[in-house]
Amino acid sequence: MSPEAWTWILVLLTFGLYLYIGWWARVRDTAGFYVAGRGVPPIANGAATAADWMSAASFISMAGLISFLGYDGAVYLMGWTGGYVLLALLLAPYLRKYGKYTVPDFIGDRYYSNMARAVAAIATIFISLTYVAGQMRGVGIVFSRYLGVDIAVGVLVGMAIVAFFAVLGGMKGITWTQVAQYTVLIIAYLITAAAISNLLTGNPVPMLALTFTDIAERLSQIQVELGLKEYIAPFQNFTMLQVLTITLALMAGTAGLPHVIIRFYTVPKASDARWSAGWALLFIALLYTTAPAVAVFAKYNLINSLHGKPIAEVRQVDWVEKWERTGLLRLEDKDGDGRVELRRDPGANEIVIDRDIIVLSTPEVARLAPFVIGLVAAGGLAAALSTAAGLLLAMSSAVSHDLYYRIFRPNATEGQRLLVGRIMIFLAILVAGYFGINPPGFVAEVVAFAFGLAAASLFPAIFLGIFDRRMNREGAIAGILTGLVFTAVMIVLMRSPRILGTPEPIVESFLGINAQGIGVVGMILHFIVAYVVSRMTAEPPREIQDLVDQIRVPRGSGAATAHD
Amino acid sequence: MPERVEAYWRANVALIRNLLLVWAAVSYGAAILFGKALAGVKFFALPLSFWFAQQGSIVVFVILIFYYAWRMNQIDAEYGFEE
Repeated sequence: MSPEAWTWILVLLTFGLYLYIGWWARVRDTAGFYVAGRGVPPIANGAATAADWMSAASFISMAGLISFLGYDGAVYLMGWTGGYVLLALLLAPYLRKYGKYTVPDFIGDRYYSNMARAVAAIATIFISLTYVAGQMRGVGIVFSRYLGVDIAVGVLVGMAIVAFFAVLGGMKGITWTQVAQYTVLIIAYLITAAAISNLLTGNPVPMLALTFTDIAERLSQIQVELGLKEYIAPFQNFTMLQVLTITLALMAGTAGLPHVIIRFYTVPKASDARWSAGWALLFIALLYTTAPAVAVFAKYNLINSLHGKPIAEVRQVDWVEKWERTGLLRLEDKDGDGRVELRRDPGANEIVIDRDIIVLSTPEVARLAPFVIGLVAAGGLAAALSTAAGLLLAMSSAVSHDLYYRIFRPNATEGQRLLVGRIMIFLAILVAGYFGINPPGFVAEVVAFAFGLAAASLFPAIFLGIFDRRMNREGAIAGILTGLVFTAVMIVLMRSPRILGTPEPIVESFLGINAQGIGVVGMILHFIVAYVVSRMTAEPPREIQDLVDQIRVPRGSGAATAHD
Repeated sequence: MPERVEAYWRANVALIRNLLLVWAAVSYGAAILFGKALAGVKFFALPLSFWFAQQGSIVVFVILIFYYAWRMNQIDAEYGFEE
């Protein structure tokens, strides 16, 4: 059977499974809709969190990013996993003990302020929206490349699937489909990685092949011979300060991402939230320890398949021809010697490889069985759809629960709230779909926004709310606003060519820190401003201090339910 | 009751502090601040700092979270706050 036939079969099979689960898990009450009735076992929540977290970017783009950055790709590997340690130790168990529905709920109640609640809700919406556009884009790429379907049609199909299980099943439907999607995406990733690992090193376990064979060193040597950067040496693409700040910003941003945090509201107890974070990171680590191996193998393989080969011969290869047609691979014989060569200097370089094709092209470049190609397409779709669903729920709950119910209509009935929640998910899907079909030119820039803002606004506010009993409304609001405004302004100034259209960035860097790492400075300012302002103003009311004491001990979180 | 809560909280914070020291040592220490220095040390086929940067620290992170979940359950029981 052809790869296209396999892809159709696997995509239809997995989509059918998601639809079935969505129908099976449909809900009728708000607790089911927002927090899956708090009945999700820790392991299942771990798998759902992993699928929620691992986006189209993790599945499709990350190994490619690493293969271009070499050692410095560690910022993503350590940043996106190290944040779970912060989440597990500093936030998750306490938020579960607190036991409401959303992140703005905690911030609004802890700082006894609807203004804090509204700011947190708006930050949630903004962070989630920037993220979801990228997911829909991933869906479109997979559909167009593997099934020959127009990107717009691919995005519409993806939207319809997500709409079905998210609107019908809310968090419950999303959770159980995410468990299925995790299974699909990790199998797809590991099978591909194992096959190429076996091919290149004779060892089918990719993580071990990277550590115990000399493949990374060989790639590093080839790169040096070609005049490219040494692969296994640190700080070739970023300075040490940049690696440090980007890693920290991604870690704190991960811990502060609302769609990840709300997953920990779905388990029965605070101690389950601790275990659940462990399972989540274990499931994520399966992919994240494989990705650096895939990065090395795929790049090694691509260089060997293309570099120095006659251009006429290379163009005959099926996958080269297909990827060239998408524009993600470009070959040009600039010096006219009939061969394509990889060069450091962009003017002389004859092979331009988009990082997004590293993972997607691996099965073809390594000549793996046709069904593996279909599996990778199904895995990429699973990664994109599961993350999109989680983000849509986070956005919908911020609008329907935090803004509509808690601020504007506190006397809304259960039925009204559920209806508004469903309408908001539906609207959010439309907005996400629009951005998927018409992506704003600066989608990639905007991801720096999502992490920087989460690191500078939500993470410190939640952390201080738990660990500093004396933190009050005035300190928190001043801190959140300082972090948000500083980070947003700095990113816009540093990325002004893409965002404002200026010829040069208005600000080159802040003390050597770039836009991806600037959230760290915003976070530090947040901590300082919050501390100083809170100590100069009145301490929080007695009942708020009692609330903090209550959050700190796990007993009784099973009984703590919603406020209505 | 409040003293018991205070003592429980101190034990919790001490545990978190120790685990975060390990967290920082493997990521910010071994992979970044000492990234150049440890590049000359071999860990099987890889430079030690490269291994920590791309695989080792992730493995340590997983162990840290499971250890915290396990140890906190013990501390909960010691202070009578288990669920």
